[in-house]
Amino acid sequence: MERRELLKMIALLTGGVMIGSNALLTGCSPDKGNFKKNAVFTQQDQDFLDEVSDTILPATQTPGAKAAKVGAFMTVMVNDCYEEKDQKVFKEGIAKLNAACEKMYGCEFMKATVVQRLALLVKLDEEAKAYQAKRGDLPAHYFTMMKQLTLLGYFSSEPGCTKAMRYIAVPGHYKGSVPYKKGDKAWA
Amino acid sequence: MEDSTYDAIVVGSGISGGWAAKELCEKGLKVLMLERGGPYDHIKDYKTAQKNPWEFEHRGGTTAEQKKKYPVIHRGWAANEAVMDGWANEQDCPYTETKPFTWWRSYRMGGRSILWGRQSYRWSQLDFEGNEKDGIATPWPIGYADLAPWYDHVEKFAGISGSIENIAHLPDGHFLPPMELNCVEKDMAQRIKKEYHEKRHLIIGRVANLTAAIPGRTKCEFRNRCWEGCPFGGYFSTQSSTLPAAMKTGNLTVRPYSLVKQVLYDKNSKKATGVEILDTETNQTYEFKSKIVFLCASTLNTAWVLFNSATEVWPGGLGSSSGELGHNVMDHHYNVGASGSVEGFEDQYVFGRRANGFYIPRFVNLGGDKRDYLRGFGYQGGASREGWGREIAELNIGGDFKDALAEPGKWTIGATGFGEILPYHENKVSLDKNKKDKWGLPVLAMDAEMKENEFKMRKDMKEEMRAMFDAAGIKNINTWDNGHALGHGIHEMGTARMGRDPKTSVLNKWNQVWDCMNVFVTDGACMTSSACQNPSLTYMALTARAVDYAVSELKKNNI
Repeated sequence: MERRELLKMIALLTGGVMIGSNALLTGCSPDKGNFKKNAVFTQQDQDFLDEVSDTILPATQTPGAKAAKVGAFMTVMVNDCYEEKDQKVFKEGIAKLNAACEKMYGCEFMKATVVQRLALLVKLDEEAKAYQAKRGDLPAHYFTMMKQLTLLGYFSSEPGCTKAMRYIAVPGHYKGSVPYKKGDKAWA
Repeated sequence: MEDSTYDAIVVGSGISGGWAAKELCEKGLKVLMLERGGPYDHIKDYKTAQKNPWEFEHRGGTTAEQKKKYPVIHRGWAANEAVMDGWANEQDCPYTETKPFTWWRSYRMGGRSILWGRQSYRWSQLDFEGNEKDGIATPWPIGYADLAPWYDHVEKFAGISGSIENIAHLPDGHFLPPMELNCVEKDMAQRIKKEYHEKRHLIIGRVANLTAAIPGRTKCEFRNRCWEGCPFGGYFSTQSSTLPAAMKTGNLTVRPYSLVKQVLYDKNSKKATGVEILDTETNQTYEFKSKIVFLCASTLNTAWVLFNSATEVWPGGLGSSSGELGHNVMDHHYNVGASGSVEGFEDQYVFGRRANGFYIPRFVNLGGDKRDYLRGFGYQGGASREGWGREIAELNIGGDFKDALAEPGKWTIGATGFGEILPYHENKVSLDKNKKDKWGLPVLAMDAEMKENEFKMRKDMKEEMRAMFDAAGIKNINTWDNGHALGHGIHEMGTARMGRDPKTSVLNKWNQVWDCMNVFVTDGACMTSSACQNPSLTYMALTARAVDYAVSELKKNNI
């Protein structure tokens, strides 16, 4: 939390753009680890990740994560930016998520209903949070990775920036106080 | 065949080098500016500046390959997809860390003037007289009065936005209209003023972004993407400002890919005759001649050039007769501060992306205030509403979660201190002849660290920010101290300090090398102490002042 605050603030101070937030990228720690493009994802994996992301951030009045192509984004990030050990955790996470679904509903995730998917991911989210709180030097939980990449992928996407939030490429001026009412969207 | 003789040679094209070139050219000298990196053209080469956030493949993240290639840059916050090409290749240009040292380098036209933070504060007499009053290091050979007219000069051209505050130890300047503090920051400013009886101030940052157009440059458009290069020329950089002015005179020649290996020194005349360069593309060496040389290669690379020059006369290099060359390395220490959440203001938000924050000028060891350490610190920070990265109580997955994150969260506020580091003789850089760069040249070894004065100050930096937030009614206050390796502040200073006595300093009061009067050093290497203000504006003023002197001395045939 402190570090995230610091990063945000320094980005502000220096005028550096924080497209998304590197602090959210669990698998991206510098100065250590091995990197290899060994997480090969199939189209099936990508479709699966689309559905996971779309369960985390579904369409409401605004488009959901699938419409923002978050599944494909996750595969790019894991392949290009994750350390090898985190790639492994993420890849194995697909099978683990399916196994959890089998256990809960007797079917794999892609076959589960929208309601079942939601209930499953709520449970996995709790599990992941409990694990993260005491993981120490162990790799992050696979669901934490999926959720973080979903948030980053969606809120930095075109629908995320322009439909879910508001984006103005060239604001032209700055105002330190404008009226805000509940429901108004955030600036991307 | 290239011309090889000029009136003046400027080594480096960053903030100091750009100013040296502009001022020399405008005074009619034929100038050669040497840049070790490649060209980087204004606007044309700002390849990412017009991209939308979603057009970045990794949305700002860096790849595994980049992490391997730029391990030093990844220690800090500046590893971002948008700017990775701006950082020096760490594999080609290694250095030795006798003690941990974070060296942020940008080897291309304009140097770090593209990437810089743009915060621009004058020093005051308090800063210039510190060493003498405290009886440490060596006294500055100049005072505020010597530099004040040159601050005016550079501020008018560079374009610094800021507010008039009448704070004696943070002199006002020639400002463009200030940017606005946001509603939370304004409230915080009022509370601090009242709580500390007008002895502490929270002001809008003074920043080299144009809040009004000036000739040839458009005003800042509040995109907050400065470091990618501004397609509007909305902030000061070599490319937007000094380079076009220098080019306009017709007196400037720029040579990229030119790594200056040494200043050429003539024993008989006791003068420099020019420089020897290595063309980093062809590996050929060339000599260029000039009447004067301005070293603006950035603090540590300027020291490197001096170490490698005139070694047949001084084994330690040009300017080493005092024994101070390479010593007294300084920086500003930060990564220590506080943050918290703000109650209220839910009915207010901001418009635009302000590439600036607030500034709290130094308040310790001032007036009646006395601490158990010397000097002081300022704070830089900002208030904003939380974005989609926040936690939302009770919501973790699903449509309500998404819609809640798409709205701004509560207001938060945070600040980090920027503290003065004292000039310690034993904090030094030297040549490591056992390690070579891509071109077979010896590299720098960094041997510098914070000491007791800085550690005591850091405790105060953390606790005073907590106390101010507490006094201002900020809730859930967090403090942090993430430690600080020298160099991490990107304000490296010292190694060729100015002074009054050639026995204890490398440069005189006009930035001339005592041992070789037609060589001037006007980048951060010349600093005798570090104060706590961001230093670039002071380099600009020192450079313009030194050029004025150099040209008048040339005309009198004194150098």
